[in-house]
Amino acid sequence: MLRSILIYGLINSIILALTAIGFSLTYGISRVANFAHGALYVLAGFAAWVLFYRLGLNYYLALFLAVVMVALIGAALYRFALIRVRGMPISEIIVTFALGTALLELLRFFGLFGSNYGLPPLRRATLQLSGVPVDFQRVAVVVIGVVLIAALWLFTHYTKVGLAFRAIAQDEQAAMMVGIDPDRMATLSLGLGSALAAIAAVVLLPLGYIAAESGTNILVYAIAVCILGGLESPAGVIVASLLIGYAQILSVAYFGPHYQMIVALLAILVTLVFRPSGLFGRQKELEERV
Amino acid sequence: MAKRRERIDRPIKVLSEDIYALESVSRMIYVAAPSVFPILFLLLLPLFTPSLYMQRVLILTAVYALLALSWDFIAVATGLVSLGQALFFGVGAYSAAILNLHFGLPPMVTLVVSTLGGAAIATALVAPCLPLRGIYFAMTTLVYPLLLARAIEATAVLGGTDGLVGIASFPNVWVERYLVLVFVLGATFALRRLLRTDFGLVMRSISDNDQAVRASAINITVYKLIAVYLASALGCFAGAYFTHLYMFVGLSAFSLDLSILPIACAVIGGMGTLVGPVLGAFILVPLAEMVRDLGTLRIVFYSLLLVALVLFKPEGLMNFLHRKYQQIERWVQV
Amino acid sequence: MFEVTTDFLVVDELSKSFGGVKALDRLGFPVVQGEVLGIIGLNGSGKTTLVNVITGFIRPDSGHVRFRGKEITGLPPEKISGLGIARTFQTVRPFHHLPAFKNLIVPLYSSRIRSAAGGGRWGDRDAVALDLLEEVGFERDSAVPYKPAAALPHGYLRRLELARCLALRPEVIITDELFSGLSSSEVGSLMPLMERLRERGITLMMVEHRLRELFQLAGRVIVMEQGRKIAEGPPQAIVADKAVRETYLGAEL
Repeated sequence: MLRSILIYGLINSIILALTAIGFSLTYGISRVANFAHGALYVLAGFAAWVLFYRLGLNYYLALFLAVVMVALIGAALYRFALIRVRGMPISEIIVTFALGTALLELLRFFGLFGSNYGLPPLRRATLQLSGVPVDFQRVAVVVIGVVLIAALWLFTHYTKVGLAFRAIAQDEQAAMMVGIDPDRMATLSLGLGSALAAIAAVVLLPLGYIAAESGTNILVYAIAVCILGGLESPAGVIVASLLIGYAQILSVAYFGPHYQMIVALLAILVTLVFRPSGLFGRQKELEERV
Repeated sequence: MAKRRERIDRPIKVLSEDIYALESVSRMIYVAAPSVFPILFLLLLPLFTPSLYMQRVLILTAVYALLALSWDFIAVATGLVSLGQALFFGVGAYSAAILNLHFGLPPMVTLVVSTLGGAAIATALVAPCLPLRGIYFAMTTLVYPLLLARAIEATAVLGGTDGLVGIASFPNVWVERYLVLVFVLGATFALRRLLRTDFGLVMRSISDNDQAVRASAINITVYKLIAVYLASALGCFAGAYFTHLYMFVGLSAFSLDLSILPIACAVIGGMGTLVGPVLGAFILVPLAEMVRDLGTLRIVFYSLLLVALVLFKPEGLMNFLHRKYQQIERWVQV
Repeated sequence: MFEVTTDFLVVDELSKSFGGVKALDRLGFPVVQGEVLGIIGLNGSGKTTLVNVITGFIRPDSGHVRFRGKEITGLPPEKISGLGIARTFQTVRPFHHLPAFKNLIVPLYSSRIRSAAGGGRWGDRDAVALDLLEEVGFERDSAVPYKPAAALPHGYLRRLELARCLALRPEVIITDELFSGLSSSEVGSLMPLMERLRERGITLMMVEHRLRELFQLAGRVIVMEQGRKIAEGPPQAIVADKAVRETYLGAEL
C-alpha cells in the first residue's frame, strides 16, 4: 500500500506538472491567464486521434502534428484575438474563457464525451517497480515529464528566445528598451504554452479517454498547481505538483475517486485565502496592501 | 465638396445626473419614454404569450436577466470579474429546496429567506477572496460552483447526483409569471438608483482606483461586501425561483452554462449600464432557446458571439442606443 | 506660533526590505505639528516606501509609526487617513469617469467627514466639493470643475489630488512628488496654495525632487540614501552640507 502510494503519487505529481507547466509558462511570460488551456488540451487529443485513426498516419507523426497544430492555434489566439484586448483583464478573461468553452462544447457536439474516443498507449506492457505493477505508459509519462521540464529549464536559461522570455517576465519595460517585442514574445509564449498542453494531452490521454469533460478538469488542475506554487514560478509548479499529487492519491485511496477534484479545488481556495501569491510567488502586491 | 458627420447632444439641459429642466410635454415624453415603454412592454408581455413554451422562455429569460444584472453590478461596483454566477444561483436553488422540503415553508417564504439568507452564505464564501483582483478573483469564483457540485456528488448529501424532487410550486400561474418580471424590473431600477447616490458613486470609484478610495478614509471591503451581497441576492432569488418553478433542484444548478451566458448577455447589452445586461438577456436567451435543438452547439454559438463582441464591439447595445437617442447626427460640409 | 510636541507624528526605527533590497533601514524622525518637512533623496532611496508605510499601504518589517501618542503601525490605509493623515499619489489616477467635483464626493462620504458634518442629504456634498475645488484653484464659474477628470490637464489633476486630501480636513498631508511633471510656471502657481496650507496649520511632509521650490517652503529637510537618513536640517544647512552636495545636489545647485 505505502509503496504503491509513493509510486502512484509521484506519477500523479508528474501528470499534474505536465498539465500545469504550459499554463504557468504562458502566464509567467505574457501575464495572460489562458482559460482555454483545458480546451486546447482536449483539442490536441482529438487532433491526434483524427490524424492517427482517420488519416492513418504514423503514430508518432500524428502526435507530433497534433502538438504543432495546437501550438499554432495558441499563437493565433494571441495574434488575432487577445492582442486587441491587451491590458484589459476583464476582456482577456472573457475571451480565453469563452473561446475555451466554445471549443469544448464544439468537441462535445462531435461526440467527444464519455468513453467514445481514446488514444492507444505507446506500448501495452506492465512493469514491476519494487513489487508495484505500473503500466508502460505511466513510466513513459514520468520520463517525458522529467525530460520536458529539464529541457524547458535549459531553453529558458541558454537560448536567446528563452532569455528574452525571462527578461520580459521580469521587467517588460526594460525588455522593450533592449529591443524585445512584447507582442511577439506573448505570441510565442501562448504558442509554447499551448504546445505544452498538447504534449501533456498526447502522453496523458492514452491513460483515459478523450472527452470534453476533462477540459474543465485539466484547467482546474493547472490552475490549482499554478496558484499553490505561485503563478509564474517554475519551481513552484514542481513543488505544488508534488503536494497536490500526493494529496490527491492519498484522499482517493482513503475517501474515494471524487476527492481527486475536491483536493485540487480546495488547494486553490485555501491558497487564495491565506497566501494568494502562492508558495513561491513574488507577486508582492498581493500580500502588500498596495 | 467634402462632408463629415457631426454629432451634437440634444438640446436638453442636464443640470445634474438626474435633474432635468423640461420645457414641454414632448420633451417630457422624450425623457420618460426610454424607461416607460420597456416597463409597460415587459408587464404586458405575459398576457400575450399564448403557449406554455413561450411562457417558459420568457421566465428563463428573466432568470438569466437577473444573473446578467448581478454580474454587471459586481463588475461596476467593485471592478471584479465573476466567472461563477452559478454559485449564487446554486446556493439560492438548494436553500429554497431545503427550506421547502425539510422545514415545510411555503414557496413565497422560502423565496424571501433563501434570497436574503442564501446571499449571506454566498457572500460569506466569497468574502475571504475579496481583496484579490483580476484573474485571482475570477479563478475563485470559477472554483466555487465546481467545488460545491463535486462536494454534493462525493458526499451524496442533498440528494447527491439525483437532486431533490417534490418541491412545492407557486400558488398560481400569475404569481409564477409576474413575480420574476417584477423582481427584474425592481432590481434593475433600484440598483441604478443606488449607483447614482453618493454611496453608489463611492462604489463605482473603487473599480476606478481602489487605492485613492482607501486613502480617502473609506473601507473598501465594506463596500465590496455590500456589492457582492446585493449581487448574490439577485442570483439566489433566480435560483430559488427556478427551483420552485421546476419543483426540482440538481447539480445542474451549478453548471457552467449559468456562469457564461449571463456574461454574454451583459456584454451584448453593454457592460456597466445595468439595463443593458437585461436587454441583452431578452435578445440572447430567446435566440439560444430557438436553437435548443442544436444541443451543446448553442453554447458554442453564444460563446463565439461573446468573443466577437468583446473583441470588435465592446461598446454594447445600450451604450449605442443611448448615444443614438441623446445625440443628433447630421452631415455637414467641411 | 504652533504648539511644538514631540509626540505628534513619530517615525521610529522603520525597516522594510523587498527581496533583499533595503528600502528603509531603521529610519526614524519626528514630525513637528505645523511644520513643512521636506524629504529628498535619489531615486530608489526609499522615499515612496516611507510614504506608503506611514499611510498604511505597506506593512514595515520592523519599527513603529505613532500619531499623537497612538500606535498606527499596521493599521489599514482607511483607518490612517481617517485619523487625518492624508496623502497624494506619485502617479495621478483620479476617478476618470466622474466629473472633477464628483471626485471629492468619495472623501466627503467617508465616516470621518460624515460624522463631523452631521449627515446631510445626498447632493449637499456637491456644494462642499465645489468650494474645495475653488480653494485649490479651479475657476469656480468656468466649466472646469464639471469636466470629467479624464479630460483635465496634469496641473489640475495635481490640484484635484490636493483637494481630495483637503476634503478629509486633514492634520497632516503627505505629498509624494507633487510637483513632478509640472512646468515651472505650474509649480509657481501651486506655491501660494502650499503656503496657505502651511499658514492654516496643516502639517506638510513633502517628498520632492524639485528642490528649489521645496527649499522655499520647507522649514526642515531630511536627506535619504538607501533607506537611511544621511542629513537633516534647515534648507540652508542642507545646501551647505558637503556630503549631501557630493552625493546628491552637485549638479543642481
